[in-house]
Amino acid sequence: MSQTPAQFDRLTIAGQEYGSRLLVGTGKYKDLAETTRAIEASGAQIVTVAVRRTNIGQTPGEPNILDVLPPERYTILPNTAGCYDVDTAVRTCRLARELLDGHNLVKLEVLGDDKTLLPDVVATLAAAEILVKDGFDVMVYTNDDPIMAKRLEELGCVAVMPLAAPIGSGLGIRNRLNILTIIENVKVPVLVDAGVGTASDAAVAMELGCAGVLMNTAIAAARNPVLMAGAMRKAIEAGREAYLAGRMAPKRFASASSPLTGLFF
Amino acid sequence: MHIEINGESAEVEKAIPLAALIATLSLADTRIAVEVNGELVPRSRFDQHLLGPGDRVEIIQAVGGG
Repeated sequence: MSQTPAQFDRLTIAGQEYGSRLLVGTGKYKDLAETTRAIEASGAQIVTVAVRRTNIGQTPGEPNILDVLPPERYTILPNTAGCYDVDTAVRTCRLARELLDGHNLVKLEVLGDDKTLLPDVVATLAAAEILVKDGFDVMVYTNDDPIMAKRLEELGCVAVMPLAAPIGSGLGIRNRLNILTIIENVKVPVLVDAGVGTASDAAVAMELGCAGVLMNTAIAAARNPVLMAGAMRKAIEAGREAYLAGRMAPKRFASASSPLTGLFF
Repeated sequence: MHIEINGESAEVEKAIPLAALIATLSLADTRIAVEVNGELVPRSRFDQHLLGPGDRVEIIQAVGGG
């Protein structure tokens, strides 16, 4: 039997190879059991977590998200969600690195306001520069702006992650042409991060040539998150295989699929 | 002396080592990271790092997020 794309077509981020091109978040689930089942069904190998204050003096021994994400199985990707300035984003990454015993891979996001959660690209550039100099492997959340994607690559980010649509909106890819231009403009992996709503959105991202897709709400807010996680895994694989296969050229008029010769009527 | 832990004010003994504070909070052997006054304090320095009056201590952990 021939090899499946997952065996030879690997995603490489910061020198590390992955078979799965679906990256998932761990927020908004009902409980840790549901989180675990959904992540398993997604087949994801890179899983994001957030960094927050520990509850002091409350429920000691409370289960921790890291307890259900064994490091030998998952690459933990701490994010800077909730950071609205350079300083807090950089501090969050340093805390995360300490928390994860020196693990350097981070997802940088510096947000502009809480209504849109759109990235503050000026602050994102400044934070990325500091973090790269400090030895972090930065996967950076940004706008669907090809010029900014190029700048972030030039700064040394290991992956550029343009939004499909605002975080948690589920609106799908609002500007396919910009995503395509970003893919053409940068050499590091381009992953759509945020805005995917359902499986076809993920497939479109992969058909455009994205290296992967990062999502959270599309799975967690589905009526059946575990089922949706499986759907997303298949959509990512189908989209990737369609991209690798090379789609037919669209034509305006029909082209018969059955032979036009040998007709007996 | 008076310090701040995760935004809440707290009274602790003078010049308490960070490690002792963390033990008092039943957080020893949990997966946390700590900042004092906005600066990361590596786990290896919890024993030596003595807290001073007015210090702002942030104790963080990983939580679900996307």
